[in-house]
Amino acid sequence: MTITRLSTAFLCALTLGAPAYAQSAIDNPECVAPANPGGGFDLTCRVAQTGLQPHVSEPVQVTFMPGGIGAVAFNQFNTNRTDDGSAIVAFSTGSLLNIILGKYGAFDETDVRWLATAGADFGAVVVRADSEFETLSDVMDALSTNPGDVVVGAGGSVGSQDWMKGALLMREAGGTPMQMRYVAFDGGGDAIASLLGGSIEVYTGDVGEMVPYLDSGDMRILATLSPERLDAPFDEIPTAKELGYDVEWTIMRGFYTGKDVSDADYQKWVDAFDAAYATDAFATVQAERGLLPLNMSGDELTSSINTTMDELRTIATEAGLIQ
Amino acid sequence: MDAVLSGLATGFSVALDPFNLMLVLVGCFVGTLIGALPGLGPINGVAILLPIAYGLGFQPEAALILLAGIYYGAEYGGRISSILLNVPGDAGAVMTTLDGNPLARAGQAGRALSLSAVASFVGGTFAVILMSLFAPALAGFAVTFGPADYVALMVFAFASLASLVGKSTVKTLLGATIGLMLATIGIDANTGVPRYTFGIPDILAGIDFLIVVVGLFGMAELLTLVEQQARGTLKSLPVDRSFVTMADLAKSKWTIARSSVIGFFIGILPGTGASVASAVAYGTEKRISDTEGTFGKGDVRGLAAPEAANNAAAGGSMVPMLTLGIPGSGTTAILLGALLMFNIQPGPTMFTQRPEVAWGLVASMYIGNVALLVINLPLVGLFARMLTIPQHYLTPLIAVLAFIGIYTIVGNPHDLFMITMLGVFGWFLRKLDFSLAPIILGFVLGGLFEDNLRRALSISGGDWSILVSNWKSILLYVLALFVVVLPIWLARRARGNAMQDAESH
Repeated sequence: MTITRLSTAFLCALTLGAPAYAQSAIDNPECVAPANPGGGFDLTCRVAQTGLQPHVSEPVQVTFMPGGIGAVAFNQFNTNRTDDGSAIVAFSTGSLLNIILGKYGAFDETDVRWLATAGADFGAVVVRADSEFETLSDVMDALSTNPGDVVVGAGGSVGSQDWMKGALLMREAGGTPMQMRYVAFDGGGDAIASLLGGSIEVYTGDVGEMVPYLDSGDMRILATLSPERLDAPFDEIPTAKELGYDVEWTIMRGFYTGKDVSDADYQKWVDAFDAAYATDAFATVQAERGLLPLNMSGDELTSSINTTMDELRTIATEAGLIQ
Repeated sequence: MDAVLSGLATGFSVALDPFNLMLVLVGCFVGTLIGALPGLGPINGVAILLPIAYGLGFQPEAALILLAGIYYGAEYGGRISSILLNVPGDAGAVMTTLDGNPLARAGQAGRALSLSAVASFVGGTFAVILMSLFAPALAGFAVTFGPADYVALMVFAFASLASLVGKSTVKTLLGATIGLMLATIGIDANTGVPRYTFGIPDILAGIDFLIVVVGLFGMAELLTLVEQQARGTLKSLPVDRSFVTMADLAKSKWTIARSSVIGFFIGILPGTGASVASAVAYGTEKRISDTEGTFGKGDVRGLAAPEAANNAAAGGSMVPMLTLGIPGSGTTAILLGALLMFNIQPGPTMFTQRPEVAWGLVASMYIGNVALLVINLPLVGLFARMLTIPQHYLTPLIAVLAFIGIYTIVGNPHDLFMITMLGVFGWFLRKLDFSLAPIILGFVLGGLFEDNLRRALSISGGDWSILVSNWKSILLYVLALFVVVLPIWLARRARGNAMQDAESH
């Protein structure tokens, strides 16, 4: 798209004054957001665009390849563009789940090269300010005594990562995911509207999207599903683990390349990300995009993803999503 | 009220800044052109220009003003190709074709364009005024609208649209069923199971509304034109210099008022937007005022209703976005992304933390609506001249623009096959004397109806009484009954009066 080129050219012009670092020379670097503009994948690519700016020789262009919740891009990079060393594609934990559920067709996690992360977000258990649930324990007790009484909702369908958070809570409360009264909405916005309107009682959302609501007092975050307590402004909120419930949900956001990309090209990208991770500027970019730091690249990321995939497969099997 | 006035004062001081004022005008003008091109609508316009606004390093309020200008400019522009070419310029302008195009064919394109510009202006301005006065309260109301209430709203929409029944009831019902079937394609929003995708990843997320509109309406219309040309039955139209008259405005004033209200309230609900609003407004108007059966044949009221409603809905969908951070339409979802990109958290605290952005945007909407009327009225003659372009140039040009429009945004060649196939399908349906409107409405309303019914039932645990458990749903069911019964009763009374008259003579 000429327009994106034009705008990246402007971006380039604006930052000519930036100090020169050791840069990775990548021709026409491109970040493919496998969705329409404006969503989470767009933001993921913007992290690469702004965060990598000082570390690559040319600015990263963001392009869009929507279709089938990322399946179109995943298939494209497994059929036509397997060796395109100048392009990276955004993914999230939701994409990993889709691979497991077979929504990306015959290809799996070994058919692409996992490159680097953009950052992380964590699950959050949210209720309306005037809810009868004061703590996470109240929710868990209600779920274990009478699961049909608690209306849980979120922005994804059954089997999506939003549903998984509820399913994990349900399992911890001693029930099965199928006992949960789960309402699927079309995106987090609609689900938040329903929580505020009183249609649902518990919203299993993400920490990042809660930032604008922290001060308004319309909603309360009962617990985060992070491994450890988060930094301000979330430092007052306990984790589910501290409260004695072994539920954790990390949403990883990052990038992959095609399977046949040469080691040299792949390494250029890894170097660029590693260089960016070392700077404070990258942390600022992450924070501005509502992401928390989670920096991994190359082999470290690949082995982490393999572990995550095993865990997700176990959960998905237990939840009855796959055989 | 003081807070609103001082807020507006802040807003106008931002929006009247010469640079921002220029951006409003540029945004409105570009938006009108984008909306006028078939296939390109407000969503694409905003999405395409977002990287530019970001790349040029604008202040957040300036960028947002530009993007919002494009948004309502495109809502204005959508009517142009609907009226002139019978090809909806965007999703909200589908209903505009029904009465707009017959007017243009009758040599009154100028009248149709100018009347719809006035209707759009009234609808848009009405929405901005309500929004600046009552935004927080309205947003509070919008979120209490639960899934069960959406079900009732859809029943109301279906009831008001029953008036669209064409010559054959069976074909109307079949058309609506085809629309429903198209809506079921893709991953089911409730259970995550793919339905009718046949392993094709490109339709996993369903078929985009725009593709159905451009394919079924646009491409089918072009095929019909080519066919008429080949047969030599195509009539060329004279240059027309008609313009809206006071009589037209007097005739449609209550239509515009009612449709603005309907459009605004449907617009503020997250989850329904301009396409539903214009359809409901048209259906309701046809039920209430179409006593002579002139709707669908070039009635000015049938043109004014959807245009007032879709612009009011565009303003309405800003309410939940600005006050709650919840997008009320696809386009506001992208505007929301734009705010995040500029590091502004939309939501309840935006009006206090970033008043210059929030109020600047509101003020720019007042200015934008006036600007659009001023830009659009003088251009009416120019646009109307498009009809004098010989068809053998115009048809391929529109086809190329529609293909480019669809491809630029989604960048997926599969969608080009889709619009072609849907176009051929639509052309066959027209040959078989099907009306295409029920298909589109089945597609939009059916999807919403299904999702919300299933949501409501998962909330209640399968108890159907949730559907009538609060006053909003019940009110909507009563209104639905009203729009079905009222015309029958009016017709009876008219016949009764006529008989009395006959007896008394």
